[in-house]
Amino acid sequence: MMPASLNAYIFISVALFAIGLLGVLLRRNTLIVFMCLEMMLVASTLALVAFSRFNGTMDGNVFVFFILTVAAAEVAVGLAIIVALFRRRQTIQLDQLNTLKN
Amino acid sequence: MTIGQILFNLFALFTLVMAAGVVLNKNAVNAALCLLLCLVGVAGLFVGLNAYLLAFLLLLVYAGAIVALFLFIVMLLDTRGDARPTLNRLPLVARILATGLVLGGVASFIQRGRLVSPDMAGTIGVGAALKPYAYQLFTTYLLPVQILGFLLLIAMLGVIVLSKKFVGLEDIK
Repeated sequence: MMPASLNAYIFISVALFAIGLLGVLLRRNTLIVFMCLEMMLVASTLALVAFSRFNGTMDGNVFVFFILTVAAAEVAVGLAIIVALFRRRQTIQLDQLNTLKN
Repeated sequence: MTIGQILFNLFALFTLVMAAGVVLNKNAVNAALCLLLCLVGVAGLFVGLNAYLLAFLLLLVYAGAIVALFLFIVMLLDTRGDARPTLNRLPLVARILATGLVLGGVASFIQRGRLVSPDMAGTIGVGAALKPYAYQLFTTYLLPVQILGFLLLIAMLGVIVLSKKFVGLEDIK
């Protein structure tokens, strides 16, 4: 039983990616920007799984494994960087982190 | 409207509403919880695509580990929401322009995006069983699996180095 069309799944994926991108562009809290980045990764995995299911291949599904692993490593390193940044500067607001500009 | 269609609409709407919640919430804890529910919605969509293992893994890795890590860091850092918005002209214009471009791209996809959908009933959902995953990971994708193992090791070492306090070094302010 295959309820929805490929187009619908890809639309959800695009919408999720766009919402994540808007979050990255508009928010100033580094943690929330990071969460939105994760959301964009999940949107790409949704597109991969949908293409894989509708074409009857396995490669997209296996790629999702790799994306999950890389995302886990990325979150660990990114959060460690944010914590180190907070220790130095006492803030994680993006518009106050402008040392390179001045 | 079949029950599969109803479930798809439900999960899709839930996912998008929760994703919007991540972006719009002032409080970082609420945003993390919205992210958790958004991931649950995506896992539901994965089940609709017959990728049961991936749905389970998404819940385990993302909802179980990553969101918990986010919550720990939010509580560790104790930040008080977003500060006042900047009143500089240039970032504001750039933000409005970028938002317009992203929304324009999505609108253009809604209007023109017509992917030729292969016959769904005729396609077998190969992602349902476990065996194809194991077969692919141990034959075609063996090298990437090894590289990912090293990546995880390097990430672990990097996190240890980043979060350790070195006493001899001067702080770079």
